[in-house]
Amino acid sequence: MTDTNKLWISEELAEAIRGHGVETYPHECCGALLGRDAISDGQETRPREILGLFPLVNRRGDSPHNRFSVAPQDVLNADKAAQARALEVIGWYHSHPDHPARPSDYDREHAWPWYSYVIVSVQIGVPQEMSSWRLNDDRAGYSGETIEIRSGTTVKSLI
Amino acid sequence: MAVKVLIPTPLRPHARGKSVAEFQAKTVAEALSHLAAEFADLKKHLFTDQGKLRSFVNVYVNGEDIRYLAQENTPTKDGDTINIIPSIAGGGGDAADARRFS
Repeated sequence: MTDTNKLWISEELAEAIRGHGVETYPHECCGALLGRDAISDGQETRPREILGLFPLVNRRGDSPHNRFSVAPQDVLNADKAAQARALEVIGWYHSHPDHPARPSDYDREHAWPWYSYVIVSVQIGVPQEMSSWRLNDDRAGYSGETIEIRSGTTVKSLI
Repeated sequence: MAVKVLIPTPLRPHARGKSVAEFQAKTVAEALSHLAAEFADLKKHLFTDQGKLRSFVNVYVNGEDIRYLAQENTPTKDGDTINIIPSIAGGGGDAADARRFS
């Protein structure tokens, strides 16, 4: 069994996500999470881990305050960036300007399975809590992932 | 020979880990219907309850977006590659909130 309820990230990368949310405030930021999925040797499990970020431009020019969109070409570019570092795209991050870091119905309706979705709340330009979740297989709900901020891990940031 | 369907990473756990599947199909709709039949758990992620392709599911035939071809009726032949590429979308709040904060 792999541990699907935990997500590792370094403080440096967590800070980079918060910083991106502040930079684009009051609009939503977005980007890809590059890393490795959870691995298990049968006894111990190493949780899914974010090892790099691939910041992207929010393509929702019509409503960037409360919507974000990543175009298919950006998805392919993120995949290539991950592969170049022997990593994979394990999820996506975005900000919720002046909203809590909770997935909205719109988030859930547009989510893919398997990916981790990290959300950072930015209130009046100041980053607040960060959460992560995954879509349930029945698409009716989502499950939270515990973000564990780690120090001293090898970090390869693309930003 | 057959039509090759490339399965994106987030859907592979629902496709017994496969990244590629091959089917005999004369159109994109036929190929996707074979895909959904072979891997039943994939269906709800690709199609709405009304059976329409979800808006964030992008389908390309030999690199061409089917939206600019004949949509799901785009013909396919042996040796063609169908690529399913995600687009990612989301966001907090509703439209009224957006106006309030804009």
